[in-house]
Amino acid sequence: MNGLICDGARGPRLNALDLTVSTMHAEAMQSSASRHLKQLESESIYILREAVAEFRSPVMLYSVGKDSSVLLHLAMKAFYPAKPPFPLMHIDTTWKFREMITFRDRTADRLGLELIVHVNEEGVREAINPTTHGSALFTDVMKTQALRQALERHSFDAAIAGARREEEKSRAKERIFSFRNKAHRWDPKSQRPELWRTVNTRIKTGESMRVFPLSNWTELDIWTYIHLEQIPVVPLYFAKERPVVDRGGLLIMVDDDRFALDPGETPQMRVVRFRTLGCYPLTGAIESGAMTVPEVIEELLLTRLSERQGRVIDQDQSGSMERKKQEGYF
Amino acid sequence: MARLELVKAASPATSQPVADLLAAERKKDLLRFLTCGSVDDGKSTLIGRLLYDSKLVYDDQLAGLASDSKRTGTAGGDLDFALLIDGLQAEREQGITIDVAYRYFSTPKRKFIVADTPGHEQYTRNMATGASTCDFAVLLVDARQGILAQTRRHACIVSLLGIRKLALAVNKMDLVGFARERFETIAQEFVAFGRRLGFEDVVAIPLSALRGDNVIAPGANMHWYRGPTLMGHLETVDVTSAGGDLGFRMPVQWVNRAEYFRGYAGMIAGGTVRAGDDIAVLPSGRRSRVERIVTYDGDLDAAATGDAVTLTLADEIDVSRGNVLAAAGSDVAVSDQIAAHVVWMAEEPLLPGRAYVLKSGAQATIATITELKHKINVDTLEHQAGKTLELNEVGFCNLSLSQPLVFDPYKRSRAMGGFILIDRFSDATLGAGMVEFGLRRATNIKWQAMEVGKDVRAGLKGQTPCVLWLTGLSGAGKSTVANLVEKQLAERGRHTYVLDGDNVRHGLNKDLGFTDADRVENVRRVAETARLLVDAGLIVIVSLISPFRSERRMARELFEAGEFIEVFVDTPLEVCEARDPKGLYKKARAGMIKNFTGIDSDYEPPDAAELRLRAGVGSPEALARDLIGELERRKFI
Repeated sequence: MNGLICDGARGPRLNALDLTVSTMHAEAMQSSASRHLKQLESESIYILREAVAEFRSPVMLYSVGKDSSVLLHLAMKAFYPAKPPFPLMHIDTTWKFREMITFRDRTADRLGLELIVHVNEEGVREAINPTTHGSALFTDVMKTQALRQALERHSFDAAIAGARREEEKSRAKERIFSFRNKAHRWDPKSQRPELWRTVNTRIKTGESMRVFPLSNWTELDIWTYIHLEQIPVVPLYFAKERPVVDRGGLLIMVDDDRFALDPGETPQMRVVRFRTLGCYPLTGAIESGAMTVPEVIEELLLTRLSERQGRVIDQDQSGSMERKKQEGYF
Repeated sequence: MARLELVKAASPATSQPVADLLAAERKKDLLRFLTCGSVDDGKSTLIGRLLYDSKLVYDDQLAGLASDSKRTGTAGGDLDFALLIDGLQAEREQGITIDVAYRYFSTPKRKFIVADTPGHEQYTRNMATGASTCDFAVLLVDARQGILAQTRRHACIVSLLGIRKLALAVNKMDLVGFARERFETIAQEFVAFGRRLGFEDVVAIPLSALRGDNVIAPGANMHWYRGPTLMGHLETVDVTSAGGDLGFRMPVQWVNRAEYFRGYAGMIAGGTVRAGDDIAVLPSGRRSRVERIVTYDGDLDAAATGDAVTLTLADEIDVSRGNVLAAAGSDVAVSDQIAAHVVWMAEEPLLPGRAYVLKSGAQATIATITELKHKINVDTLEHQAGKTLELNEVGFCNLSLSQPLVFDPYKRSRAMGGFILIDRFSDATLGAGMVEFGLRRATNIKWQAMEVGKDVRAGLKGQTPCVLWLTGLSGAGKSTVANLVEKQLAERGRHTYVLDGDNVRHGLNKDLGFTDADRVENVRRVAETARLLVDAGLIVIVSLISPFRSERRMARELFEAGEFIEVFVDTPLEVCEARDPKGLYKKARAGMIKNFTGIDSDYEPPDAAELRLRAGVGSPEALARDLIGELERRKFI
């Protein structure tokens, strides 16, 4: 249903709007709206170009979220007037929100970029799902293993992704160019020193690099940039009446009929939005009336909860992100 | 839908808080600073306190912190702010910081990126990593301990990496009864030391990170202190560089070949560029003019330091990744001999004579340390003699590069004067360098062209020159085989020469011992001599243990393709030791000889030698026949 609203908005009317947008956009950037964001933007562009110049076969991991939207926008800038010289790849767990999939396909189409969608078919055959198998096993099979399969199948040697250091404590320690051994493992204790803007990009066959151009961006930077640059994002980030159930304090949206309701449980319509996006049964919504980017920013300025509190997978146990990362998760 | 709302977003209906935010953003600049100092001086606690007092710790993080503090905290049940920062499991367990953590916060006046760096001496390299991108340093001292060796070490590295302003945070004042005299003694001692390091500005601040005194708000117990709080200082300190503008510089990162387009993408490392400016392409020195400054948001009239842009030039000239575009007529240095400070970051020591990959931005070349002029004792700042650099040591070196480097001295440009050294086999980053100056002799030593060349000399002898490089353990049979091969070649009327490892140590290499550093130099000299002899038209047989892959590769690269034939004289250690023709293994086992290959010094066998002689099995005559056969197959004889 949200997909339909989206379609309507993307009709011919939008062309007229685009003109208005681009004028205001130019104004915003020319008044050097933010020195700080300009610096972050340049740094990210530098990192993207370095990845392309130094690796044989880079790929951009496109997760469809707000950070991916910003990353993709920066890639369009970095290689202009050429298109980004790498494909986008989405690791599809088959449990993503439907609106994410619609948005993903439309974005690749709009920008004329190659999109690789990878699903761990083994996991699908074994019907691995977040409800019966638990978030830990599900994430391992459908995300971590799937990613490793996909990187190996296409023999990509650099995977560019939108992770930020501010998100989580172990991410705060990771290099911008982060080395992975042949088993795709991250060794936090022997990271290559990363000085100035000089990057040691040397790897042997089978080894690879994860590249994080948004390392130094914060959530507020991301939203402010989305606002100033008019970057399209999935409508799930904006408040709307959606069917949800309350699971141990997390508001889970019932996005399709695969969702196993408890006996007597019925989804309630509540005005909610998402602060981060992932697999719908593992992503908690927040009650919010923020329907526009400025309202999201406003809410962010007032919030008392961190970005990842709606993520089931981070709460398994303390230090769980570090362990997942060592095994090859992003 | 998103786009529709964005239109609304930019309309005058933009809400007041967001309008305020954007207005504030416009004025804010970014300060990147690091916190450093000895272990247990409270760095992580200080950053945790800065975040907490700036109300930047979220409720769910605070709840996690409260439970973590009870379980593993070191603050006696109170909130242990270090646990907010130390992200790695090992760090939380051991209560120490291992790697640099980056933190982000902002106040109404400024945005901050903090690099929280480890205090343990063994992690000094991570501390240097953090310092390389910062403009300001907060150096912590425990008021009870005062200035420690590690405090001086960090101050020295901070200065070496080009940070000119620093705050000395004298922490844990609560544990010395907020004593003014204690603070002043420490401050004075440090200021004297800091002066020798060339800091422009050192501000000492007494504080208690645990209690929050003088972190953001003035401390109730230190009325005698009239200076700024730490946050007050961070918000106002001016870090714009005092160094004069060197002129426009842009290293080319990537050549953009879109349809009907050829542009050079890079980040401006210094100065300003305008469409129409004359530029030079270095190192070639070719001139052209900037036609357009292309960005996704439209062409620009001008761009400045830090901007990531794409330039098109008026002329079709050869420009590739690693070239530098510079303002025409500006004084940018190009040299293949440089003098630099090097911070060593690897377990295996720096070895003069060994070839490393040198990378500086988009430029990459092979570098050899030709001379370690001195080491710097980072505690006393004294210069010391040394043959190698160990982990975390700092030295001043001359380097010789296989291709010229385009650079500015590091003191004038961090973007154009820093480099890293990489191991050619393991790909590990081994060290970081700061160029001081180019060596004149690089430009003064010209290659004198001779009219009689290698071809003519070899032609007169009626042969094709080459080098047979025999490597293997002591007692493997290298010299025996070399001798037999030379005899057979002589019988066939070939002009030859044998460079024997033992023999060269009587003359050419008489001054060298058997440390790793000396072995590297030993191989280098023999390789260079072999090259001269091949140039003279001779067939050269080298019989040398040459234990390290790196140096054998360096030797190989001195010759033309096909000229270098690596022969692995592969005799098992037990066999060599049983033979022990010179009685050396016995002495080595008895501890009378140090650094003996195979016993207490490594031998790295070749991965892809042209020929492997199973010398434990065949007779020396049979092995010599194999070698002659190889020369015939390769059409040298």
